[in-house]
Amino acid sequence: GIETGTRSTQMICITVKCNILYRTKMIFEKQWMFMDNSVGELYGSTFEVDSGGKLILRKPNNTEDPTDTKGAGLDNRHIVDDGKSQKLTRDDIESLKEQGLKGQEIIQQLIDNSTTFRDKTEFAQEKYIKKKKKKYESNVTVLKPTSRILAMMYHGREPGKVCHLRYDTLAQMLTIGNIHAGSKVVVFETCAGLVLGSVMERMGGHGSVIQLYPGGGPVRAGMESFGFPSHFHNTLHEFPLCKVNALLSGTLNVSEKDLDSQSNGRSDEQGSSSQVSTDRGDESSSEPQSMEVSTDPAEAKKKEDSEKLREQKVKKRVRMEEKRKRLAAAAALLEGQNADGLVIASRFHPCPVLLGLLKFVAPSRPFVVYCQYREPLIECYTKLREQGGAVSLRLTDSWLRHYQVLPNRTHPVLLMSGGGGYLLSGITVTADAAATSGSQQKSGEPAAKRIKLDEIKSTSDSSA
Amino acid sequence: MSFVEYSEFIQEGDVVIIFLGHDSMMPIKVEAGAQTQTRYGAIRHSSDLIGRRFGSKVTCSKGGWVYVLHPTPELWTVNLPHRTQILYTTDIANITLMLDLKPGSIVCESGTGSGSLSHAILRTIAPSGHLHTVEFHAQRAEKAAQEFKEHKVAHLVTVRNQDVCKEGFGVVGVADAVFLDIPSPWEAVTHAKKAFKRKGGRLCSFSPCIEQVQRTCEALLEQGFEEICTVEVLQRVHDVRSVTLHLPDFGPEDGGAESAKMASEEVLLAANSSHPSVTCRTATAPREMAGHTGYLTFATKPRG
Repeated sequence: GIETGTRSTQMICITVKCNILYRTKMIFEKQWMFMDNSVGELYGSTFEVDSGGKLILRKPNNTEDPTDTKGAGLDNRHIVDDGKSQKLTRDDIESLKEQGLKGQEIIQQLIDNSTTFRDKTEFAQEKYIKKKKKKYESNVTVLKPTSRILAMMYHGREPGKVCHLRYDTLAQMLTIGNIHAGSKVVVFETCAGLVLGSVMERMGGHGSVIQLYPGGGPVRAGMESFGFPSHFHNTLHEFPLCKVNALLSGTLNVSEKDLDSQSNGRSDEQGSSSQVSTDRGDESSSEPQSMEVSTDPAEAKKKEDSEKLREQKVKKRVRMEEKRKRLAAAAALLEGQNADGLVIASRFHPCPVLLGLLKFVAPSRPFVVYCQYREPLIECYTKLREQGGAVSLRLTDSWLRHYQVLPNRTHPVLLMSGGGGYLLSGITVTADAAATSGSQQKSGEPAAKRIKLDEIKSTSDSSA
Repeated sequence: MSFVEYSEFIQEGDVVIIFLGHDSMMPIKVEAGAQTQTRYGAIRHSSDLIGRRFGSKVTCSKGGWVYVLHPTPELWTVNLPHRTQILYTTDIANITLMLDLKPGSIVCESGTGSGSLSHAILRTIAPSGHLHTVEFHAQRAEKAAQEFKEHKVAHLVTVRNQDVCKEGFGVVGVADAVFLDIPSPWEAVTHAKKAFKRKGGRLCSFSPCIEQVQRTCEALLEQGFEEICTVEVLQRVHDVRSVTLHLPDFGPEDGGAESAKMASEEVLLAANSSHPSVTCRTATAPREMAGHTGYLTFATKPRG
């Protein structure tokens, strides 16, 4: 199975995704562990990691013994930070760990051996304990992957893999794009499959998703992490970018020769499961036994080799036929030019991608383009205005702030995300033969001079 | 047409969105024989709308034209008649993601208000999910039920006119997600807890005031909720436009000849002035923006 683990310390949740492999050590947040004992337990279970790295299930409603604090001070006016207040040395703590003391017990030892702890205010004591818990307690919660969890994980740990798409921006994309069950959505992304997976989650296995891909094959590692039931994969199609023009001009030729040259260039992140669904069956199928027994060992070897070669050729032909069928199916979905939505999030320049792929979208449907940078989207906006065929164009970015909410200690969190990327969204309309001009300047932007009081009011009222 | 399923052609009884121009739209209920007045003239439903494709250009009686759009929850949010202050798409989008909403989700919501969030939830949980929405104001509850029917989503929602703080959502043990947008959410936390499935789920409380947030977080912690997290999210709009900036005249350089060497391709001589200028294509901030809607507090109700 594919699962995610989180190390939770009150409000802070950090995640990593892992495939559970038996008897294999895994490292997470500087903690080694074996995931074996999590298999069979319910999602959401919390485990303690013992000194050997084994997971021990913690019972729910297991309230820990409260830490013994023995009173507190009122403020820090007499507390001197000389680095000498903790009497336990690093070696002392190591030996405590080796003795098998639990995190809770180590923390109690630290408190008892701190000369300044009881002078700290209650708030400072709480903060101190929270910090030590993060360091010495090893609790791991195993969560079922969702778009929320994966988006937060990718943004927190591997933002480069997802073009620095922040999860609230992804949220906007899915909602503004009106991604819902039963629609036909075109997706082009280089976000490790996270955007694709999120779209599929919102489709719930209904409708269809056509993933356009550059290069040899679609990247789907992020999507695989969702752990969708197999029937979801029936709604997923892929189509190579390099055949878009052929499809639009009606000259697409789904022949074996074309597919052959394509399969030689594969993208490096592509997993074996991402390409063709029958590939999974191939690995486990056994070779048919040869019934003939030859007396000459050299002859037998030659026969075996040619048998293998023949089987490989048959397998390849089956694969190519499967691939041809899939390409034809994807082409059939696209050539109607009636997709219900378009989602773009990539490291490619958004302008040509958008203008090219919009051709596949029906009128009166939303589209949304993500870009890490603003200028390319300004270009998109300008080109779309010129060419027509889209209304309600909006270039936005999302501002996100977390709060610490504690009695008498409520304030925004000190560190904040600097930015989560930019979005261009709009709605398609029937394309005009000629660009609009003249008095009915519906597609034009308001000139700076014309901003009136009621326009200001309407922009501050609606954030949609 | 429905708010949870696209269709290609306009039919009688549909709710459609008329796009008049930049940030100007209006909803219309399509009726045979009816007419709707716009600043560009009248739209005759029978000839201009019924049978036309969504996304078409419609010419009005005065000669001007508009576009007719298929309704979506997002378009509805900016066009719906306000009975209360509503939630806008920015918050709605984050709520949807953070509550793990998807087809099949069972959601409990209170208060229904003007139905802005409700429509978005219905779109996301269709075709197999259900929304239990509670509104303590009788007329608002009635109006919401009526609208859900008109928008062809009534089969996905149950509206209850009651007080969630006293009577809960009307269902127990069924919800994957609970949403609260009420004056005193801390009073509804125990009911919210009961509404969840045994395996737990996600909760969100929306409050404009920080005091409400503090009391709600306290109640959530007391009631055993985990991963309590409060955020606020805002949308910044970038107005794309061309701006012209004048270039300074430092006078003639040594040698007397004016240097006309400009590397940039964008230099153009301003029509009525002898001073050169540069035009940039950029995006500026609007004069004002929405600075606060409310705080979103999320939490997980664990198993058990």
